[in-house]
Amino acid sequence: MAQPLEPTARSDGHNAAKSKPYWVEPVITMVILGVWVLYSLWEVLFHNTGTYHNYVSPYFSPGVGDWFGWHVLDALYVAWVPLLFRFSCYYYRKEYYRGFFWDPPACYAVDKPRPRYSGETKWPLAFNNLHRYAWYLALIVLIFLWKDAVEAFFFKNGFGVGVGSLILLVNAILLTFYTFSCHAFRHMVGGKKDCYSCDGKPTTSYKLWNRVSQWNTLHGTWAWASLASVWAADLYIRLLIMGVIHDVRLF
Amino acid sequence: MSDEFKLMVWRGDASGGAEVEYHVPAETGMVVLDALHYIEHNLAPDLAVRWNCKAAHCGSCSAEVNGEPKLLCKTRMDQYVGQTVTVRPMKTFPIIKDLVTDVSWNYKVAKEVPLLAPTAPAPFNMQQIDVDRIQEFHRCIECFLCQDTCHVLRDHAGQNKYFGPRYMIKIAEFEMHPMDGVDRVPLLAHEGGVGMCNVTKCCTEVCPQHIRITDNAIIPLKERVADRYYDPIKILLRRLGGKKDDVSEPKTHAVT
Repeated sequence: MAQPLEPTARSDGHNAAKSKPYWVEPVITMVILGVWVLYSLWEVLFHNTGTYHNYVSPYFSPGVGDWFGWHVLDALYVAWVPLLFRFSCYYYRKEYYRGFFWDPPACYAVDKPRPRYSGETKWPLAFNNLHRYAWYLALIVLIFLWKDAVEAFFFKNGFGVGVGSLILLVNAILLTFYTFSCHAFRHMVGGKKDCYSCDGKPTTSYKLWNRVSQWNTLHGTWAWASLASVWAADLYIRLLIMGVIHDVRLF
Repeated sequence: MSDEFKLMVWRGDASGGAEVEYHVPAETGMVVLDALHYIEHNLAPDLAVRWNCKAAHCGSCSAEVNGEPKLLCKTRMDQYVGQTVTVRPMKTFPIIKDLVTDVSWNYKVAKEVPLLAPTAPAPFNMQQIDVDRIQEFHRCIECFLCQDTCHVLRDHAGQNKYFGPRYMIKIAEFEMHPMDGVDRVPLLAHEGGVGMCNVTKCCTEVCPQHIRITDNAIIPLKERVADRYYDPIKILLRRLGGKKDDVSEPKTHAVT
């Protein structure tokens, strides 16, 4: 029982000489997340559309600007939602507290600690305790991304498959795993209960919680994979809009 | 394998100390505790090292090997071939002598955690699905390596603000128990200080029992605290229902 909670067995048999210096991992995190943030700023602040025929960039979906007739920095109306979701995500919290706050840079590191530390007890970091609300908003965005992924298969001349269609589909799938493996969602569907069999429905919430727990063991993997897929989807569509590349239709 | 290992073992007491060099003949399957026993028996009979079962079950021989919090009896020497093996006491706790630290603070914290208060007399009739989660926490051997590596305790001396990962497990074990009737959420939010944890998972990384401390205990407890103290809709509904945030809410499970 309880397999999803069991960790993967770790081997202690490796030669410790192969261990990386403690600062390598946080620096890699800083570089990747830093580049991603810079790219996102470039995309959000310097572009007003993310649509190329039937492809819609995840940065610009849903088209809130179109709904209200606002057409200044369209992505700003939407991009804050996934940003908020990722910023308050339990996995990314680990990464950026280590990478950017250096708190700690790594376990049992020898660097001098920052003088003041209050964890997540004070604002603004206490905001992370409301991760569930970011999840609610991210779920709405995810629904629109699935709509975009489906529409990406319908070209002017009917159904077809382009490289862009596949990228948007993979992006929607990875974001689905990332969203539904969330710790806050795991709490919502059953983690908050102490007894699954006491309410007369012994299996429903347990099965749901158990499944989310299985996905949750790979939450970090989904987090990085979906970050890469959002990036790839947007970059592909941006390059199409700029005329740098042409969409490849598989059929 | 080389013929011998070079160890630098911290020797001293609360007033100070230094690393002392020892050379120990290599043997197949040797663990760090074996090397320390060799030193004790042949080179330095006054070396203080706490140990008991030598089988990774008692949690006594916690120390830091080449900077990593580890059980001395579970750390093989053959992973350090060609290296100097530095053994130091756990940094988070006061030193008594050499590798022995005073971990009594943990036992004081343990007394602050309300024990299981069953809603029905034992023996309980429980379903396996209801005890799956807490059985993982029962694996804890109280080696306190998680307490040692927790940066709130280790780097920020937050002993007066946070119980530490070991006691988050302890609280989770009772709080998630299907037959428990005590509400520990106010304790978690205040004296327990679960908000001091910033989920950087070092405790999970060093746990020799491979308990997923952060994912399965601390984060679920943080979510329960969020339910009570941060979620504005839940707070509003609770207040409309005439309940106060800090008052423990007795759990009322149906007895099966």
